[in-house]
Amino acid sequence: MSHQLVLADPAAQTTRIITFWVLAIIAVAAGLGMVLARRAVHCAVLLAVVMLSLSVLYAMLGAPFLAFVQVIVYTGAVLMLFLFVLMIVGISSADSVVETIRGQRLWAGLAGIGLLVLLSLIIGHAAIGPAAPPTAAFGSANLQGLATLIFTTYVFPFEVTSALLITAALGAMVLAHRERTSPKPTQRSLARQRVASGRPQPLPGPGTYAQHNAVDMPALLPDGTASPLSVSPVITQRRVLTGGPAGTVPAALTGGEDGESGEHDGQQPAPATVPAGPDAGQPTRRHDGSPG
Amino acid sequence: MVAPADFVALSVILFVIGGVGVLVRRNAIVIFMCVELMLNAVNLAFVAFARLHGNLNGQVIAFFVMVVAAAEVVVGLAILTSIFRARRSASVDDANLLKY
Repeated sequence: MSHQLVLADPAAQTTRIITFWVLAIIAVAAGLGMVLARRAVHCAVLLAVVMLSLSVLYAMLGAPFLAFVQVIVYTGAVLMLFLFVLMIVGISSADSVVETIRGQRLWAGLAGIGLLVLLSLIIGHAAIGPAAPPTAAFGSANLQGLATLIFTTYVFPFEVTSALLITAALGAMVLAHRERTSPKPTQRSLARQRVASGRPQPLPGPGTYAQHNAVDMPALLPDGTASPLSVSPVITQRRVLTGGPAGTVPAALTGGEDGESGEHDGQQPAPATVPAGPDAGQPTRRHDGSPG
Repeated sequence: MVAPADFVALSVILFVIGGVGVLVRRNAIVIFMCVELMLNAVNLAFVAFARLHGNLNGQVIAFFVMVVAAAEVVVGLAILTSIFRARRSASVDDANLLKY
């Protein structure tokens, strides 16, 4: 890095300028997309884009150690933790677009513009000069320089950091811990529940066609209607969210025969409900057909 | 040469985007991500100022910010999962027991 920084080569300068502007545009666009995207997963991916471009910018600024820490710790660990929690906390839930506070978006936008103007004025008045002449601390000796500072000047904050990390780990364990309030269901109690529920047989499997065997294709009942029980409720919910057909089959597959379907409709639960957790104590559907 | 002021300007823009996201979004996880974006923007400013002054203090501060952010994410996401477990929702509008 140091030999690049001291290089007064105009071609290298042009490369740096192009890199900066490309990365800046990517980062700002991804940040805006993060605010505007409705799905939380898209937000996480766009945040990863921002973080990766920032890591390249750190490398340009003579901070190779921070660039790698940004990739490994931030993008690799923190963001993946976000994705894990997203998988637990409703992957299918999109943000509602209804404003609960009247004019919230308008005022938030105005506040953002005001903050932008304020900070821009502050930067404009600060008269930030050119960078100091590059030293080895911003290149090959970056790691040694950081280590020297951390273990001399900043040794006390560094020690406090260890206490913070231990506290955070303990806090996460305490917060994520769950006491079991009901007795653990045994195989005997589950079997009893199953027989008492009036449906001892396993649920029908999805996609029992010759043409389509995907998991999102519901099985056909003998009278020609589609069985919502054969499709996971999560898939049905996703279809409702994405505007696709919810639990329906194409007309070509149903055969168009109007059979007696009242017998099955009475047993079918509403497909768009929130899927119950495995600890809800009620017979949940099982796709593998295991007796549970 | 890309001046440090350009990096600081980019950091300001990212910070404002993150702040607007915190104000606008209502999914608690997305709000959390926007807070992370703001922290990243501040880190960029720290690194740019370190380059400007020619010493490594800014980089050390940015490093500490990363450490604290990692700890904060762990605790915050644990709180979010416990709230989700109790209320079946990640929206900040639904956690209003202390409102009145």
